[in-house]
Amino acid sequence: MAVNTDKNSYTILFAIIMVVVVGSLLAFTASSLKPQIKENMRMEKQQNILYALGVNDNEGSGDITFVSTDKVANKFKTNVSEQLVLESKDGKIIGQMTRQEFMDSKDEGKGKEPYLIDVKKQQTRAKNGKSRFLPLFVGQQNGETVYIAPIRGKGLWDAIWGFIALDKDMVVKGAFFDHAAETPGLGSNIKQRYFMDDFYGEKLLSDSGVFKGIDVAKGNNDPKNEIKDDYEVDALAGATITGDGVSAMIKNDLKLYMPFFQELNTTIN
Amino acid sequence: MAILSKKDTKLITDPLADNNPITIQVLGICSALAITADLKASLVMGIAVLFVMGVGNVVISLLRNLIPSKIRIIVQLIVVASLVIVVDQFLKAYAFELSKTLSVFIGLIITNCIIMGRFEAFALANGPYRSFLDGIGNALGYAVILILVGFFRELLGAGTLFGIPVLGDPIEKTGLFSTGYENNGFMLMPPMALIIVGLIIWVQRSRNKELIED
Repeated sequence: MAVNTDKNSYTILFAIIMVVVVGSLLAFTASSLKPQIKENMRMEKQQNILYALGVNDNEGSGDITFVSTDKVANKFKTNVSEQLVLESKDGKIIGQMTRQEFMDSKDEGKGKEPYLIDVKKQQTRAKNGKSRFLPLFVGQQNGETVYIAPIRGKGLWDAIWGFIALDKDMVVKGAFFDHAAETPGLGSNIKQRYFMDDFYGEKLLSDSGVFKGIDVAKGNNDPKNEIKDDYEVDALAGATITGDGVSAMIKNDLKLYMPFFQELNTTIN
Repeated sequence: MAILSKKDTKLITDPLADNNPITIQVLGICSALAITADLKASLVMGIAVLFVMGVGNVVISLLRNLIPSKIRIIVQLIVVASLVIVVDQFLKAYAFELSKTLSVFIGLIITNCIIMGRFEAFALANGPYRSFLDGIGNALGYAVILILVGFFRELLGAGTLFGIPVLGDPIEKTGLFSTGYENNGFMLMPPMALIIVGLIIWVQRSRNKELIED
């Protein structure tokens, strides 16, 4: 049977059938693979947090190797001793929960571990004038307690995010950055060791305790990043907007944690 | 009896050499420049394109008498796009690390002109079996060049192959690096891929004078 494929009605019919078939095929694939993909992303988050803490399988100087996926659950349990959840509103901290309290809380936690808190959703909540939950992971690095905070912001093309490890004086003790779709070879280099390692030792607070943040700066006369109290790291060539995005997310998100650290120091002193 | 007739064999072998999609038809250059900084990404891109082209060519060929000519390009685009999404989802589920390195490039398969080019030029006019062979042949031809470029770029740019150091350690100055050899960082930049592709084209045409156009 020969079909007249030139008729308009045929064309429309064909288009409709095609869309329905392809649509259901894709929906089926996506939903059947979803659990596996979610599991991968969950493990990646644990790997990233551990990486910021300094727990990794790095070998060479330029190497970024996470703890392997079969060990990550265990290492996460042993290295991250507590997951705090701070409730923040208008730059003030109005509540603090331990991991258990958060998981037991009915409205937000519902049995969810604090590291699974979606930073993007929390940012939207804050934008809508609601309170925002800030997870903070506590671990040990060289005998010192460090606090790891997730940050998230905008790069050139899409989202960028990271985890920053801080000591009690808000000095950076480790950084991990990742991105969704920054330009390969330019903006995507925020994920490289030479960029991430530059943040180690940088201060976020001035001596008088004012929050300064860290600028990803061009031409700061310190390409080797030996000066650690200039609130600057050397920028990446060809990645100005991505670099600005990194500075911005550090400033916006880490600033919210400042009251927590101030409190921490007053109790210690 | 051979499994493939002489004519069918040509469908596979031609794109590998004298009718290579990259060096002769000059298609798919963009992805060849973008992802060949290391061998692993080149290999995976080759495999992903192999899958998309093999299946896509068969699908288009089976539908060739049904596709309304007015919307054929859109239909081709839908076929490629949905296959690419399937590949992307599978990589995310079973090769997560790799899908992170390939990130944007998987999406870029859609814009790979080899695929649309073969759909339009071959699958719309031939049966599914021959279209399948044509798809496989062209994807292999593409993969060969990708791997070749990836090999030189990773070796000369980073001193590694599949991430394994083969020339010694550039920081500890062992192996070849003890003689004063340095990695050429420029090899990792896309322009060098273009130059390598150019060199491959040069070598190929100097060996087979018939390929030279006047």
